[in-house]
Amino acid sequence: MPSTITPNHTDREKKRGLDDHEGGHGRRPPTDKRTGGGGDNDNWNDRPSGRRGPREKLSRARLGLFFALAGDLMFFVAIVSAFFVAQNTSHIDSYNRYVNQWLPTAIPPILWLNTAVLIASSFAVEIARRGMFRETDVMDEWLGLGKPLTRRVLPWLVATTALGFLFLAGQWVAWRQLAIQHVFFSSNPSSHFFYLITYTHAAHLFLGIGALITSLTALYASKQLETRQIIVDCTSWYWHAMGLFWIFLFALLAFCQ
Amino acid sequence: MAFPRMNALGFWLTALALAVLLASHFVPGGAAVSGWTAYPPLSAIAATGPGQGLGLDLWLASIALFAIASTMSSINTLVTIVRLRCEGMTWDRLPLTVWGWFTAALLSVLAFSVLLAALLLLFCDRHAGTGFFIPPGDIVNGVVQAAGHPGNGSPLLWLHLFWFFGHPEVYIAILPGMGLTSMVLANFSRRRVVGYRLMIATTLAIGLLGILLWGHHMFVAGLNPFASTAFSVTTLAIALPSSAKVLSWIATVWRTRPRYTTAMLFALGFVSLFVTGGLSGPILAQPILDEYLHNTMFVVAHFHLIMAMAGIFGLYTAIYYWFPLVSHGRLLSERLGRWHFWLTLYGAYNTFLPMHFTGLAGEPRHYAQLIQIPNAGGRLLAGTIPLNLHITISAFILASAQLVFLYNLARSLRNGTLADQNPWEATTLEWHPRLAFGSASEVEDEAPIIVHRPPCWYLEATPGEESYLPQWSADAIHDIKRMKPE
Repeated sequence: MPSTITPNHTDREKKRGLDDHEGGHGRRPPTDKRTGGGGDNDNWNDRPSGRRGPREKLSRARLGLFFALAGDLMFFVAIVSAFFVAQNTSHIDSYNRYVNQWLPTAIPPILWLNTAVLIASSFAVEIARRGMFRETDVMDEWLGLGKPLTRRVLPWLVATTALGFLFLAGQWVAWRQLAIQHVFFSSNPSSHFFYLITYTHAAHLFLGIGALITSLTALYASKQLETRQIIVDCTSWYWHAMGLFWIFLFALLAFCQ
Repeated sequence: MAFPRMNALGFWLTALALAVLLASHFVPGGAAVSGWTAYPPLSAIAATGPGQGLGLDLWLASIALFAIASTMSSINTLVTIVRLRCEGMTWDRLPLTVWGWFTAALLSVLAFSVLLAALLLLFCDRHAGTGFFIPPGDIVNGVVQAAGHPGNGSPLLWLHLFWFFGHPEVYIAILPGMGLTSMVLANFSRRRVVGYRLMIATTLAIGLLGILLWGHHMFVAGLNPFASTAFSVTTLAIALPSSAKVLSWIATVWRTRPRYTTAMLFALGFVSLFVTGGLSGPILAQPILDEYLHNTMFVVAHFHLIMAMAGIFGLYTAIYYWFPLVSHGRLLSERLGRWHFWLTLYGAYNTFLPMHFTGLAGEPRHYAQLIQIPNAGGRLLAGTIPLNLHITISAFILASAQLVFLYNLARSLRNGTLADQNPWEATTLEWHPRLAFGSASEVEDEAPIIVHRPPCWYLEATPGEESYLPQWSADAIHDIKRMKPE
């Protein structure tokens, strides 16, 4: 290690000048703007004491979610690589014939519609997410002037939830259509993967819908503005990720079989 | 911690996973018999043996719970390290112990989810009529398993998915040990870690290479020879960062006069076992040599020395070193600790070193019985029986040495010597006086803890002066004077 002396707030200086706010649940409003003057015990001096800005908890929760999603990505990567392995697995049977049992599963056309619904839901949730950070509303809500955020964001979250349910209903229709054609989970290596991928993705969406319902509840029940922001924000990112995963998984099922 | 509740949830889920695993002993058929790797088709079909029914299902449930729990704890570890370092704690001032945990947590997040996917596929094979891992024409106890299974699966696929988890798991187990060994060696040698940044880089490099070399577990499982070559290269490559670490450990203690505390002894033992076990790594990394050695005791010797024994030594280093922090300021007995160390070291080497020889002589692993085998096999194994007797006796010594440790633990928790606030004169933050036992009450409104310098700031001892500067000490001028003697 070099024996130079570095200033003791190296890390802090790299952050935007947010140091002197409180954590969003105290004296300072949870926005990035400097709003106040000095003198009210709010630590405007050069040496910040412990807190790292209003978005500290939010960025922490987001980062945790992103690590979790990285793990989740690996989960799907594992399944997708198994998909390609199974697709190309063959054997020589006892009559000396080359056998590859993979029969591509024709995807029900309703999946296209479902994909569109999921993309639309992603837009809805993004509007909700951005709404949670509208500065004027945040200030109003923080000052106790009603609940403009809840009023503005709630419809979009409800819309997302509805679209999510619509997507799942669409998936259910797709499974029914395949079942009518006698294509079941256990029918063929290809159908194994069709059902496995759609089932696991649907399970993830159920978690997402659980998170959306939690967000809707939190908009009313949670007392901390910051907590509400965090829950809606993380739910949205999770929802986006599931939408993105679905686009890739759907492309795999539609074009790579 | 960033997510203390999630961390606690991870901890208790791990306990639940253990309970489920143990419970599998008490179900009809008993626990699974397919070993810790659960290779299909043995694990994919319930008819393959006792315990392959409900026992294996519980095994799957337990490992899945454990995977989820580990991922949760790892996410907490990662976010805590990224976001909650205290002021002044830049990345290159972060203790190597933390770097080790950080890398291990990264690997956990990536590897355990793949294991979870593999477990899900295996579960589907067992209960949903799929055939991901069941090969065509699979015969179990003389019965072809064609009915009910499409049977176009590949057991190799399980090996790939499993070892993609399995090999990073090895590094998850050893990386924290590597990190803390560096710190403990530096602490007791009163010297800075040689090549601190390089040690950070090698930790990350080992983590990266650790997820690229799973195939070396599969050289004899029917892997494409070209793939074997690639995995062989990545496996050999890991010798580079590992050697850099060993050189740093040796250089850190070189020509110092270390305090041979029990923690230091175990850290030195870690280095020794890591070298001994590691040297057979490049041998096994070559497919052509592994062809012969893979199913012999040579492999057992390799991974028990480097992973089991070195890993355990890292664990003991940590326990002896940090015990005062969890035991209300009491130290483990040094006298008993030395007994524990020397007996364990004797047991470790005498159990696992001879296995190299029995393995080279052709003694197979995975066998429950090596005597009374007819013909050439029996004659081959007759030569290794005396050495096996030695191994068995040493293994018993190794096991009983741990009783000394348990006694030490039980005794020192109640009656151990009370430690100073910073008994090892360490520089890292966990020994900050405010965090020491008994000083919790006076702290409410103090300035936050700030880090001013890299760890391991040990100075040449001059009488009457502090011979080290902890990371939290603000004594910068003093610092400059000492570091630049005119």
